[in-house]
Amino acid sequence: MRPGIAADAKTQALGASSELSRRTVLGAAAALIVSAALPTGSLAQESNAPLKFGRDAMPNGWRDDPRVFVAIDREGIVTVTCHRSEMGQGVRTSIAMTVAEELGAEWSKVRIAQAWGDETRFGNQDTDGSRSLRHFFMPLRRAGAAARIMLEQAAAKEWGVSASEVRAEDHMLRHAASGREAGWGEFAERAARLPLPDEKSLTLRPAAEFRYLGKDHTGLIDNHDITTGKATYGIDVRLDGLLYAVIARPPVFGGAVKSFDGAAAMKVPGVLKVFAIEPSPPPTEFNPLGGIAVVAKNTWAAIKGREALKIEWNDGPNGSYDSAAFRASLEDAARKPAKPVRADGDVDAALAGATKRVVGEYYIPHLAQAPMEPPAATARVANGTCEVWTCTQAPQATHDRLAKRLGLKPDQVRVNVTLLGGGFGRKSKPDYVVEAALCSQAMDGAPVKLTWTREDDIQHSYYHTVSVERIEAALDEKGMPTAWLHRSVAPTIGSIFVDGAKNELPFELGMGLVNLPFAIPNVRIENPEAAAHVRIGWFRSVSNIPHAFAIQSFVAELAHAASRDPKEYLLELIGPDRILDAVKLGDVWNYGEDPSVYRLDTARLKRAIDAAATGIGWGRKLEKGRGLGIAGHYSFVTYTAVAAEVEVTDGGIAVRQVDIAIDCGPQVNPERIRSQMEGAVVMGMGLALSAEISFKNGRAEQGNFDAYDLTRIDAAPRILNVHLLPATTFDRPLGGVGEPGVPPVAPAIANAVFAATGKRIRALPLNKEFSA
Amino acid sequence: MVDFTVNGTDKSYDGDEAMPLLWYLRDELGLTGTKFGCGIAACGACTIHIDGEAVRGCVTPISAAAGKAVVTIEALSKDGDHPVQIAWRELNVAQCGYCQPGQMMQAAALLATTPEPTDDDIDEQMYGNLCRCGTYPRIRAAIKLAAAKAARP
Ligand code: FES
Ligand code: FES
Repeated sequence: MRPGIAADAKTQALGASSELSRRTVLGAAAALIVSAALPTGSLAQESNAPLKFGRDAMPNGWRDDPRVFVAIDREGIVTVTCHRSEMGQGVRTSIAMTVAEELGAEWSKVRIAQAWGDETRFGNQDTDGSRSLRHFFMPLRRAGAAARIMLEQAAAKEWGVSASEVRAEDHMLRHAASGREAGWGEFAERAARLPLPDEKSLTLRPAAEFRYLGKDHTGLIDNHDITTGKATYGIDVRLDGLLYAVIARPPVFGGAVKSFDGAAAMKVPGVLKVFAIEPSPPPTEFNPLGGIAVVAKNTWAAIKGREALKIEWNDGPNGSYDSAAFRASLEDAARKPAKPVRADGDVDAALAGATKRVVGEYYIPHLAQAPMEPPAATARVANGTCEVWTCTQAPQATHDRLAKRLGLKPDQVRVNVTLLGGGFGRKSKPDYVVEAALCSQAMDGAPVKLTWTREDDIQHSYYHTVSVERIEAALDEKGMPTAWLHRSVAPTIGSIFVDGAKNELPFELGMGLVNLPFAIPNVRIENPEAAAHVRIGWFRSVSNIPHAFAIQSFVAELAHAASRDPKEYLLELIGPDRILDAVKLGDVWNYGEDPSVYRLDTARLKRAIDAAATGIGWGRKLEKGRGLGIAGHYSFVTYTAVAAEVEVTDGGIAVRQVDIAIDCGPQVNPERIRSQMEGAVVMGMGLALSAEISFKNGRAEQGNFDAYDLTRIDAAPRILNVHLLPATTFDRPLGGVGEPGVPPVAPAIANAVFAATGKRIRALPLNKEFSA
Repeated sequence: MVDFTVNGTDKSYDGDEAMPLLWYLRDELGLTGTKFGCGIAACGACTIHIDGEAVRGCVTPISAAAGKAVVTIEALSKDGDHPVQIAWRELNVAQCGYCQPGQMMQAAALLATTPEPTDDDIDEQMYGNLCRCGTYPRIRAAIKLAAAKAARP
């Protein structure tokens, strides 16, 4: 570890590495010495292959070195290092299960430690895109298997028998012929000194032997800490002499402080310092927005101090941003031809010759991720080093932005990762961590905790884009489409990286827009330009949300126009069972995965739709005022479908039952897949029914949970069934889990509302149409 | 000067009595199990017990605790074995877990007055506790499980 930084390891939020280096034998201690000279052969990105996909294509690739991920101490306790951020998806449990399985460990003797931000050592750590297990399941299995083989070899050497006759299982080492056995602690030290087994000799456990993978019984590895209040999130970190900060940021994106007077703020008891933080020039990227910081002896004093600030702002070019007027401009753009991003056949001719044409125009407003734990970070910038403790989805990006802004070398910065109280994409952008470091710097190196209040979070988010999706179809005499013209207009996430960017990027287009899996001969998809007036960022499921809402609502509209059952119509539109190549559909991105491995299988999509429909009892008789709706969607190389039953009364829309089906390939941790689906339904309901961020004069009109209306327990359906569609074997590629549940929720509910009332609502949130 | 107890220990506070208990507990005492979520009594993340009643720490000034007993998640039980905590683990309620201390403190207060809550009771009493991860179905189930456990321990 690095001098000057390691000394503080005991204060690490999750207590990972100091503990390890003191106690452990196989793994950490040795690995710390070895890490500088890790064999480059394990660096996937150095392969000569011309095209890279999946984990090979991620920044800094992947590692499978057991010395990085597995440590065993003299008592035989196994500590697995989790290099992905835990934000509720269960990755710390799933990674521990994966390594424990290959090792043959007893669950009660498995611990988890959180990695700091260091992709050279751990491989890619960006916890986003629903890909932690998709990318690291196999490398981590290999790490566990290699550690198991090293234990077996160490015992074999001591016992004078062949290593192939020694088995590591049930947390023991056994030699059947001689009846010898020993615990792991006894051999951990000797195992650590052995060379790594060569790649070809690694045997993975067959699925038939699995005790943890695909099973439900381990429980959350952090359960006890969470239920006793001991779990440490970014906002909970404490250091000796800690100071507390909040920042007043420009209320309009691109604005700046014109002048300020901090005298009254300085009079608030406990306030220590008031100072300006310079905004960065565009593009805004992950940089702080600038503003006036208040540092105090506790958070309350800092908040009171901020209230006492007198600040005059320059609003800048976005001072007139008005989301209602902007919607009209997006609608205008959606009604005019624009650059095609996919074109099959002759859409214009088919539209011109159609007997029936249907048009739908859909609107999805801005949203804020609003994780329950707002952005927060603790930093100490002193003696030419910077150390931070924070809830981040992007530890390496955080590390790099800190080094850049502070002018430090990479090895002078350390990013300790805590638990995240939710992320949903917001915590992929480390602006708040850089702010904390600037505060510590301004306090001459005293440690400072920066907290975003909820108002800060909701009014300065990296918002989910706002979009208008216009779809027009020509129907034949049977009511099936012969032509499909979709214009998607939405400010792009690219605008935070390239100032003025106006078109959706391949990864946005690939989220359920161009990779439309329907059997329609003539398809044209266009992407008119749209300027961004706020910071646009990833929000769980990202562009799949508007695309799925529009497309799956429109399909139900077509079914209605054709007087057909919406589920049967959707299945027929998806068409015959076939395997689609994303690239041939115009999706060059394919979630970053190899299109020859990850293909869009229409049979799997239909199977998910059928499972959701069967679950809810599709076609059953309903009381008056009730209706069923359905939607299916492919995202993050996973297939999901939602069927919803709603009741619409004078009081509004009530969701009575939801059935959600998912086919994500092999299921590592089915219990967490179910919980992710439950959560996706609730989050999807929030954006379907009530959540919206609107802007006037460039300012967000909502500031807290009184106005930004998210789903509460009374609105959560009393019946919520999750249907996990089994994969046949563990050899199939894994799909994503964290995000794919969300997109089909809103269209299923909108379709159910139509079935209940005959009223088609094409704008989210739906409640707006029903509240007086 | 305000005198009260926190988790059974006597405390005397001599400072800004308008400061909400939330910040006193977190920043001054280091009891970080009580969370900040909104600061305006709209999310329940900061729920604590004062004389056994669930209150929002973010809008309760220290002065309101005078002469009273404040209990936080850290002391809901001695070893994490309150029926609510056991049920929460058994059903793996948590996702990120950030809202859960507040949820459990609210649920414990609910069960103290309503040992056999219906779904309607639960919705009414738990309405103020937001969970952005969407764990509500399991919260409902865990409250019922905890009620059953408390009835026949
Ligand atoms: S922080 Fe107190 S209710 Fe939200
Ligand atoms: S578990 Fe994450 S907010 Fe409730």
